[in-house]
Order: sequence, then structure tokens, then C-alpha cells
Amino acid sequence: MPLRLLRFALNGKHSEPRMFRNHDTLKSSYDAVIIGAGGHGLAAAYYLARDHGMTNVAVLEKGYIGGGNTGRNTTIIRSNYLTPEGVEFYDASIKLWEDLGQDFDLNLFYSKRGHFTLAHTDSAMRTMRWRAEVNKHMGVESEVVGTKDIQDACPQLDMTCAGHAPILGALYHAPGAIARHDAVAWGYGRGADQRGVEIHQRTEVLNIDVKGGRVQGLTTNRGYISTPKILCAVAGSTPRVTNMVGLRTPIIIHPLQAMVTEPIKPWLNTILVSGSLHVYVSQSDRGELVMGASLDPYEVQSTRSTLDFAEGLSAHMLDMFPFLSNVKINRQWAGMADMTPDFAPIMGKTPVEGFYLDAGWGTWGFKATPISGKTMSYTLANDRDHDLIKSFRLSRFAEYELTGEKGAASVGH
Amino acid sequence: MKLMNCPINGPRPLQEFFYWGECRDMPNPDTCTDGEWVDYVFHRNGAPGVKKEWWYHMASGVWFIAVRDTQADEVKETYLYGAGPHHE
Ligand SMILES: Cc1cc2nc3c(=O)[nH]c(=O)nc-3n(C[C@H](O)[C@H](O)[C@H](O)COP(=O)(O)OP(=O)(O)OC[C@H]3O[C@@H](n4cnc5c(N)ncnc54)[C@H](O)[C@@H]3O)c2cc1C
Repeated sequence: MPLRLLRFALNGKHSEPRMFRNHDTLKSSYDAVIIGAGGHGLAAAYYLARDHGMTNVAVLEKGYIGGGNTGRNTTIIRSNYLTPEGVEFYDASIKLWEDLGQDFDLNLFYSKRGHFTLAHTDSAMRTMRWRAEVNKHMGVESEVVGTKDIQDACPQLDMTCAGHAPILGALYHAPGAIARHDAVAWGYGRGADQRGVEIHQRTEVLNIDVKGGRVQGLTTNRGYISTPKILCAVAGSTPRVTNMVGLRTPIIIHPLQAMVTEPIKPWLNTILVSGSLHVYVSQSDRGELVMGASLDPYEVQSTRSTLDFAEGLSAHMLDMFPFLSNVKINRQWAGMADMTPDFAPIMGKTPVEGFYLDAGWGTWGFKATPISGKTMSYTLANDRDHDLIKSFRLSRFAEYELTGEKGAASVGH
Repeated sequence: MKLMNCPINGPRPLQEFFYWGECRDMPNPDTCTDGEWVDYVFHRNGAPGVKKEWWYHMASGVWFIAVRDTQADEVKETYLYGAGPHHE
């Protein structure tokens, strides 16, 4: 233990500045209340204060900041999606990510690694070509590469995947990156706090007061707050909160699990994803392999994890990297993914006046943290959907205008 | 290993089963409103609860109903359609 830490422990006083203030009481009213202090809620608070001058804002969090999916995700950031509206949206996020650390004056460990989506079948190759063309058309660096490029980037990869899923090529996305998820929540939280926003942890929203189709306020475990505007950014808890205002949505909750190995010497420089083998993997700065797979096969609203998952993912990892057979799994966990039928988010205004939704982030929403904060703060401040999120409106289902993102998002993160 | 009780084959490993979502009544497409149809096609009850769900035992081709607490992930009972306590 470093001496500095021991000194803190002994004298009981924190000489290090805290990232944000603690407030003993809630005010009786705010101009806007954000439910959920994950990356999305905190980013919206940050841009509301910074870009729209709205600072009489509270962010309410039933647990601790970043304790939801933000702190549980495998942090893959990319914009090589399939639909033009998806590519445009996620690419705007990448532009924000690139100087976010500077913006916050905080090291986010944003690390551009390059991202390979491996194709093991002809039909997967066809989808990769399709995505590459859409991406290039939208000005995003994205290309189909052959086996030599993949092997050069990752000599340790068994290109036959134990003989039963030979790799034919890949979609390569040079801007693909990872970042330190906790720091993202802290950076947005600190920035919002410095501009006057109040962050209240251990404050759970229990009920929302709607009269005449308009939001009036909400009840928390610490009392009632009146407010004309509520942003719901609660990911896996979305159906519980939309029930409070009587809003029906297509969102269902499935656990998404992940795990890490013990730290090992750095060897994996890129991010690798295989849809066929249900694997995505990168190596963290600490040397752990950070791995995920596909969604749990049935609905569960909790964060339990399963042995099935660890066994299945390990088997596929060994197909790709037989040399890892002696490496141990260190930790395993789950988050609650808020899934939509077309694998695109649900964002913007709702039929309940003053109730704004930022949800349906499923297995892919970490990369969208900055742009969702930007666009939702605009939407809330102006009571008008930002142009970039119009395709993601809740009413697209009733209008039978779903997006076609499923092909690129279902396992790719 | 997690087990599930197939009404025909008894307790079997969960991997042998396939989940097909909550039991829902289809409105009559000839008489329902557009709104009711959209609600049926797209909207779901995503909040936790004790739900009646369709499950399928893949090895033997049996469709059946499971009553499950979706937060605790605990199966309360399983039975064949029509044979349940509530006679679907
Ligand atoms: C295992 C896993 C891997 C993933 N990998 C990736 C990836 O590689 N790349 C990617 O882009 N995305 C990934 N995702 C998805 C991504 O993590 C999420 O979409 C994103 O973090 C959602 O952020 P959020 O701020 O909306 O939600 P969260 O971070 O979940 O925050 C919501 C907060 O709301 C709080 N809350 C809920 N109900 C209430 C209430 N009633 N009152 C007060 N507070 C409440 C919760 O406590 C929580 O802290 C992954 C997800 C998981 C689970």
C-alpha cells in the first residue's frame, strides 16, 4: 500500500479533492431532473449546464454513479454501423470522444486500437462489404481486409479457429477504441457538478407525477420534487420507469455478461470481434483480457451471472487462442441490457409532455455516451428532438419505420 | 447446471430449452384498431414480475408454459398449454 494511502486511512481526512459534492438535502424543485447517473445521464447534465445554461438540475441515482451498465461494459467504441443514420450518429460520438479527455482535463485512457470484425462465412463477408461501402460513403474509415492483414495484426490468432470456423476476412475499422468507463462517468459528473448541477446518489425515483398529460414532479425515497422536465436515462430499469408514466415501449431486458482474465503480458494490440463465435475481446492497460459474448437467451431483470456463460465463452476463446488454455478467469459479471427490436436506441420526446427518454441502449450504448448527452440535452432544453436522433424516436414503431441496424449490432458492440 | 422441468420429460438441463417470450393474446386483426395492433406487434411488458411464458423443449419438440419470476429468475411451475391451473 502506498504511504500516501496509509496516511489517509490513519488521519481519516481526505486531502484529495472529491470529484463532486455531496448534498445533504434535495431542493423542493428543479428546472429539470435526470433519472440515472450512468454515463448518459451525467453527460446530458454536463451539456445541459455547459451548452444550454441549465444548471438548476438534479441527477438522481439509486445506487452510485457509474454503477449500472456504464461500469459493467467492455468499452468498445466504434462507428462502423450498417445504417446511414446509425453511422452518422455514432461517428459524431467518436468526434466527441477524441478530445473528451482534454475537455475534462482527466485521463480517460482513450486508446485507439483498431477494430476487426471477423467473417467466417461468405454471408458474413457480404455484410462486411455492405457495411464498408455505407461507412466509406459516410466518410468513416472502414474497409474489408484479407487474412494476411488479420494475421499480421494478431499473429497469435488461430486463423482456422480450431478447424471449424476458418476466418475468411474481416471488416477493419481503424478508429475502433476502448476507454476507461469509470473515468467517463466521473469526468462528466465532475464537469456537471462544477457548473452547478447537483448529483444525488442513493436517491431512488419511486413514482412520477403526471397530470393532464404533463410531468409535474416525482417522488423519491428522500421526498417529493417538483419539476417540469424529466430525462429518463436508466438503461436496464427503463420499463420500470416508463410504467410510472404509463408509457408502452418495445424494450425488454436481457442480461449481458462479461469477464476478465488475470493480468498477462501485453500481446493483443487490437480489438477482435467474431459474430460467429460470439466473442469480442481486447486487452486492458492492466493486461487483463476483457471479453464478452452474446446476450443471455431469456429475459431477466437482475445482474446475476451464470457458469454457462463462462464455459461457453472460454471454449470459443480457446478456438481462437489455444495458447490461453492455462490463463485463469479473474472476474465475471452482468449488466441489464435494454433491448429494442431493431437494435437502435429510443431517444427524444414522448407522448407525455416533459418526459424525455434516452433508452434502448442494449449492448451498444457506451460508445454513444457523449453524443447522447449532447443530443438529449439539446432536446430537453429546446423541447425539440435533435436532428441526429429523429430516426430513433419512439413513434417509429407505430409508424412502421424501424431502423435496419440489427445486422451490425447484434453481437458487434 | 440449471434445470427446468419439462411437463413431458421431467427435469432437463436449461440448455435444452428455448425461450419464446411472454404469453400474449392476439387481438382480432379484422376488428382491432391500428393502435391495438401496434401495441401487440411491438410493445412488451419489460418490467420484472411473475410472468407466464412460452418455452420449448428442443430435444423432444414440446411447447409448454412456464410461470417464472423474471427478477429472481425462478421457475414457479411448468405445464402444458390448456392443462394449467388457469386453463388457457
Ligand atoms: C457486459 C456489457 C458489455 C457492454 N459492452 C459494450 C461495449 O463494448 N460498447 C458499447 O458501446 N456498449 C456496451 N455495453 C452497453 C453499455 O454499457 C450501455 O448501453 C451504457 O453504458 C448505458 O449507459 P446509461 O448511462 O444509459 O445506463 P447505466 O450506466 O446503466 O445507468 C443507469 C443508472 O440509472 C440508475 N437507476 C435505475 N433506476 C433508477 C431509479 N428508479 N431511480 C434512480 N436511479 C435509477 C441505475 O442505478 C444506473 O446507475 C455493454 C453492456 C454490458 C452490460
